[in-house]
Amino acid sequence: MEAGQIGVSGPALKRRLEASSPRYGERVIYALLASCAVISVATTVAILVSLLEPALEFFGEVSLGDFLFGTDWGPTFEPASFGVLPIVVGTLSVTFWGLLFAIPVGLGSAVYLSEYASRRTRRIVKPVLELLAGIPTVALGFFALTFITPTLQDVWPGHLFGGPPLIFSALAAGLAIGLMVVPIIASISEDAMTAVPNGLREGAYALGASKSRVATRVVFPAALSGIVASIILAVSRAIGETMIVLLAAGNTPNLTFSPAESIQAMTAFIGTTATGDIATGTITYKTVFAVALLLFVMTFVMNLLSIRLVRRYREVYE
Amino acid sequence: MTRVKEKVTGQEERGLARPIEIGGDGHAPSAHHKGKVFETRDLSVAYGGKPAVKDITFDVFKNNITALIGPSGCGKSTLIRCFNRMNDLIPSAEVSGQILYHGEDLYGPDVDPVQARKLIGMVFQKPNPFPKSIYENVAFGPKLLRLEDIDDRVRYALQRAALWDEVDNRLASNAFGMSGGQQQRLCIARCIAVDPDVILMDEPCSALDPISTGRIEDLMLDLKEEYSIVIVTHNMQQAARVSDMTAFLIVELDADEDNRWGRIVEYDDTETIFTTPTDKRTEDYVSGKVG
Amino acid sequence: MSGGGPPNPRARLAVSGARAMTAERLDSRPRGDVVKGTVFATLLFLAISLALVGLAILLGDAILDGRGRLDAGLITEGSSSDPEKAGLRSAIIGTLWIIGFVILLIAPIGIGAALFLEEYANKDSRLARLVEVNIQNLAAVPSIIYGLLGLAFIARGPLSLGFVVLTASMTLALLVLPIVIIAAREAIRAVPPSIRAGSLALGATRWQTIRHQVLPAAIPGIATGVILAVSRAIGETAPLIPLGAATFVTFDPSGPMSGFTAMPLQIFNWAKQPSDDFRVLAAAGIVTLILLLVLLNSFAIWLRNRYEQRW
Repeated sequence: MEAGQIGVSGPALKRRLEASSPRYGERVIYALLASCAVISVATTVAILVSLLEPALEFFGEVSLGDFLFGTDWGPTFEPASFGVLPIVVGTLSVTFWGLLFAIPVGLGSAVYLSEYASRRTRRIVKPVLELLAGIPTVALGFFALTFITPTLQDVWPGHLFGGPPLIFSALAAGLAIGLMVVPIIASISEDAMTAVPNGLREGAYALGASKSRVATRVVFPAALSGIVASIILAVSRAIGETMIVLLAAGNTPNLTFSPAESIQAMTAFIGTTATGDIATGTITYKTVFAVALLLFVMTFVMNLLSIRLVRRYREVYE
Repeated sequence: MTRVKEKVTGQEERGLARPIEIGGDGHAPSAHHKGKVFETRDLSVAYGGKPAVKDITFDVFKNNITALIGPSGCGKSTLIRCFNRMNDLIPSAEVSGQILYHGEDLYGPDVDPVQARKLIGMVFQKPNPFPKSIYENVAFGPKLLRLEDIDDRVRYALQRAALWDEVDNRLASNAFGMSGGQQQRLCIARCIAVDPDVILMDEPCSALDPISTGRIEDLMLDLKEEYSIVIVTHNMQQAARVSDMTAFLIVELDADEDNRWGRIVEYDDTETIFTTPTDKRTEDYVSGKVG
Repeated sequence: MSGGGPPNPRARLAVSGARAMTAERLDSRPRGDVVKGTVFATLLFLAISLALVGLAILLGDAILDGRGRLDAGLITEGSSSDPEKAGLRSAIIGTLWIIGFVILLIAPIGIGAALFLEEYANKDSRLARLVEVNIQNLAAVPSIIYGLLGLAFIARGPLSLGFVVLTASMTLALLVLPIVIIAAREAIRAVPPSIRAGSLALGATRWQTIRHQVLPAAIPGIATGVILAVSRAIGETAPLIPLGAATFVTFDPSGPMSGFTAMPLQIFNWAKQPSDDFRVLAAAGIVTLILLLVLLNSFAIWLRNRYEQRW
């Protein structure tokens, strides 16, 4: 059977070697797929445009200095004041108290999982941490409001920071946010630690080092850039979190880092003000977007830093 | 399908470690009379400016098994991939010179590599069946070509690849469940199912055990009745056993030893290459004096 | 061994570790060592316990608080200002509508983008790198900002769809699209190049190779990614707030252009109320939501284990 060899010469061969069709199909497919990929770029552009347009109009009416350094936040009052510091401090306060909890718990968990835990323990603990990561933030906010706050009130030592918190407090929201970001710190730091080559550990063990020494003096410094990256990422997440602060931190701007007082975070301001009935073009509308732009810039910068650090720790060992 | 083993006198004289068995049809007329499938003229390939093979000029003849041998790094795989334009898939690859396929320029502006690959098939070093059933593997090519009577074609291809008797009762089972040798024969069947003109084989047996290797070598000798076969092998005994023509390539270095590329030293009837090579470098290689 | 300028970071770490060991070896007493080690290990165990206990208390507290309303009525009753009569029905229907359209949006676009990045684009090209950077950055944008994007561009602005299900779906789709793209890319990348080579060598075009060999093998991984993205979308509240959803919705959402509510929104509305009865409802809603998410994720894990291709 010479099936394959029929028409393998002269003009018949030439025809067989030519494309059977101009392959428009392939070109259409390429264009379709490319447009899918470009949607992510379009999203970023859309976010920037939707934020910048009203925000720039805002800065046409309110000076950047008044905004960034003013300490009076009352954009919906008469007369309105646009000093954003109180809500920035509110955000940072909640973030601070949250990370105060999350960093030791997260890093401790990471070291435990990476250096101490048996395979069986890891197989149980890691999914549980993933479950924690998947808890909806509205549930965490509810938890902060209905459990953490009363518990804090019960155990509060006397007149520390002016007395126990009332319904809303930075600490209650902060602790819930801390719990929320523990999985971020734990899993990325643990990745960084397990990426440290065993040769380094074994060298130290061979010199008679104890497990705790190896963990703190060898593995931890080696994984440092990954660990720092995880913390920065956690901060970024905490800054951008809305539901927990909406439910548990309060809605009155308050320029303080005190854990016991209620504050308003930037995201809470946006969430309270930008409900469906806000009219486009009003100063309130523009204020919301100005705050959103500030929020975006803060988280964007942190994210860039974190990515660069992650890349650095990967490079060293791969 | 006969294997003629000949011990050629003079091998011991030249200090060969072991006598090499030479297969093929001992008294066939010269291979040249059957016509040329490929003609290469000054073919060179470079990756991102770094040369891989240079000035390759030789002809591949119809219904022959043509072997490319040589030390590792001499660009045999690069060379064979030119024949079915698989190098097109590597963005940094630059091909210069000419390959004629039955007289047509294989790299001509009107030539569609996809169509060319339907005529010039390839079997790879590590068997790469699809994660599908045996039937689906072999039927893939014909289905692409929108051929009819797919079932018949599948059976024919599997029979031709000496696999039918082992799998005819489990065509629906996953190809990954087969042994390495069976998988490679499946890949050959897959190739045959599209009715190619040429079958290229890039070290088809190097990942297989000796028994599977032997079966595939027997298969090659059978297949050359219908197809033209080009095989890359680093096992020169294999080349001696199955091929009609052999090309021997070496590695050349430039002055600073920064670049290395391959070049054909000698191309001749297999018998000649292994018993009375013209070039001393060929002789050193086939006698095992150099690696 | 990796290069890196002098001194080599690995060598540096090894040396500092060695120094620390030697110094310690020469001055500490054995008993002090053991105590220190135990204290350290205990602290670590405490750390991880805090996380696990925190989660346990959160779940336990929700179950305890909500047990009064963990009944069938929770699912069958719709919105009401009377806590005795209120239920999640409208919210569940709303979530189903919204998520349905989210899936319709993220599956083709996510797979398409992943295919483009893995199979067609030159990995070093500016376009590919631009897309990758964007995907990474979008993952860090606070979710409420997506809500503002939806408000400005989808509910109003160029698309002007209003505060409807489709608006919510598109907003959430943009939020979770990166999850699908990343998972789909991993799944596609896991298909070995030898499979593609085998297909192409038979005279298949690039798209035929993708359609018949690469995509079928990558489907389990892609499906897992879609389910993870859906999980995320189900639990998100913040992006929906600027889309007019915090207003009180009394009807069952009925289509892409109808007004909407969603489970986390309903829970939020209940949680905001000071009254104890609503607190019970909120807790019950939380238990339901978490249960739904656990089921969904378990399904994703089962799917992956059952159908994952081992090469």
